[in-house]
Amino acid sequence: MVLAVVGMAFLVLPLAGLLVRAPWSTMPERLAEPQVLEALRLSLVTATIATAVCLVLGVPLAWLLARVSFPGRRLVRALVTIPLVLPPVVGGVALLLVLGRRGLVGQWLESAFGISLPFTTAGVVVAEAFVAMPFLVISVEGALRAADLRYEEAAATLGASRWVVFRRVTMPLIAPGIVAGAVLCWARALGEFGATITFAGNFPGRTQTMPLAVYLALETEPDAAIVLSLLLLLVSVAILAGLRDRWVTSA
Amino acid sequence: MSESERDPGRGLPQLRAHLVVERPRFRLDIELAADAGQVIALLGPNGAGKTTALRALAGLTPLSGGHITLDGGALHTLPVERRPIGVVFQDYLLFPHLSALDNVAFGPRCQGASKHDARRTAGAWLERVGLAEHAADRPRQLSGGQAQRVALARALAVEPRLLLLDEPLAALDAHTRLEIRSRLRRHLGDFDGATILVTHDPLDAMVLADHLVVIENGAVVQQGPPAEVARRPRTDYVARLVGLNLYRGVADEQQVTVGDVIFSVTERIHGPVFIAFPPSAVALFRTRPDGTPRNLWQARIEGIERHGDNVRVHLEGPITAAADITPAAVADLDLTAGQQVWAAVKATETHAYPA
Repeated sequence: MVLAVVGMAFLVLPLAGLLVRAPWSTMPERLAEPQVLEALRLSLVTATIATAVCLVLGVPLAWLLARVSFPGRRLVRALVTIPLVLPPVVGGVALLLVLGRRGLVGQWLESAFGISLPFTTAGVVVAEAFVAMPFLVISVEGALRAADLRYEEAAATLGASRWVVFRRVTMPLIAPGIVAGAVLCWARALGEFGATITFAGNFPGRTQTMPLAVYLALETEPDAAIVLSLLLLLVSVAILAGLRDRWVTSA
Repeated sequence: MSESERDPGRGLPQLRAHLVVERPRFRLDIELAADAGQVIALLGPNGAGKTTALRALAGLTPLSGGHITLDGGALHTLPVERRPIGVVFQDYLLFPHLSALDNVAFGPRCQGASKHDARRTAGAWLERVGLAEHAADRPRQLSGGQAQRVALARALAVEPRLLLLDEPLAALDAHTRLEIRSRLRRHLGDFDGATILVTHDPLDAMVLADHLVVIENGAVVQQGPPAEVARRPRTDYVARLVGLNLYRGVADEQQVTVGDVIFSVTERIHGPVFIAFPPSAVALFRTRPDGTPRNLWQARIEGIERHGDNVRVHLEGPITAAADITPAAVADLDLTAGQQVWAAVKATETHAYPA
């Protein structure tokens, strides 16, 4: 009982501290600072694009893992979930080695298309997507496994091709799983720090997302860091509330 | 699909199938044939392979061997979505995220109809099954009987040449079942393609089908018109289904020997035969009745249970039999389980036929 209370306090107190120490009087001005708005805008945009990328690539991947049996499937599933447990900094280093200017793929990207990802906004999206995609894949794969295959059979007997079955039956049936996965993925992308700073750097307006701005501000201007942190906390709570409503209504 | 495309070949859908499905501990090997407008019932106990046969016809379970021909063309080489079939699944499998109307419109949409045309077709089908006012309902808002009718409309809306029904009435309560059964019978009467109906309920089969195919352990054990099957069962399963006592014996003129019991029958017949009689034809006595020793045997009462208005007495002895007697007779004879009684059957109520 005591331990439970200590545990709860451990989780809740720091957040309460944020609220207590927040410079409420100067809050409006601080929030209106161009640097803050710029970081917020960049975070929201990159996290959203990263989530879109994860959806486009992750849903088919989840479908493959859940529905197609091929040799080495378990290995692929294990590999896909590595970014989940990998320290994000390591992910950033790995991305640099592969997609960096001298990287295996990066070299070719630069010479063939003139595309260079590191230290660009696109690089932020890549770093966020790399770290966040497993959340989406796992969530969607779970939904696919739980979905009743017989609905897909019924659709096939009505003349639906594999693609039509997927689009008009499978997708709507697993929609709650996709939404939950996308929200988790987006939240993870929004909070991404390690891989982003390693792969994309910390350039205000270009690659400096909210978490990076918080870290930087903490050294020079602690009050600004608190304001930015509160903003992120607010977004997280909003997501949580949204997700709960989702789950409650779909249950 | 346009009218001109639909009309040719609409005359005589004929199904000829030899279905072989091999599983590690099960083998289905049956032949089926159905003419245009004919309803074939696949009847059998659980695990007999009825649903496997239906899934094989639909293409949901691959054939290990055999063939399926529909309208003279090979069906088994086509993928599920290209087969001209309609399937009503046991629990209907209506898409939960679509309205009743869009469920029915799903098939026509897949066949290339515009959204507008597909919905119009679907509306007409819902009207035919009497559910026009439920078009906007989601499946979870429908009662069991309504869901069944939507599922039937959905299967028929693709204008199938072969209609497959998997236990279409099993999920309904007794009262609804009665009404839906007679509705289903009307719709099947209007359908001009071949219908295969899977059921374990003999009454459904008798009411809905023109021809029964009884399957046990993956093989056909008996087939024929429902009345014929009901009158002349050839396996214990069928006999139980239709409520008859059934024995295998050897006939010599008007006498059939079943183990130690000798029956008099009205048929002139020789050789191996089946002999069947209804439980209501069995009379019970506490003491040996006078007269002929034929059609008479001594038995032990295994159990007594209520059966409709009567009482069914299960008898063990030289032959296992069921006897239906009135509650008054049970009281008069003071029958209890474990008792020894004499059982007798009238010759005119037995029926012997070649095995």
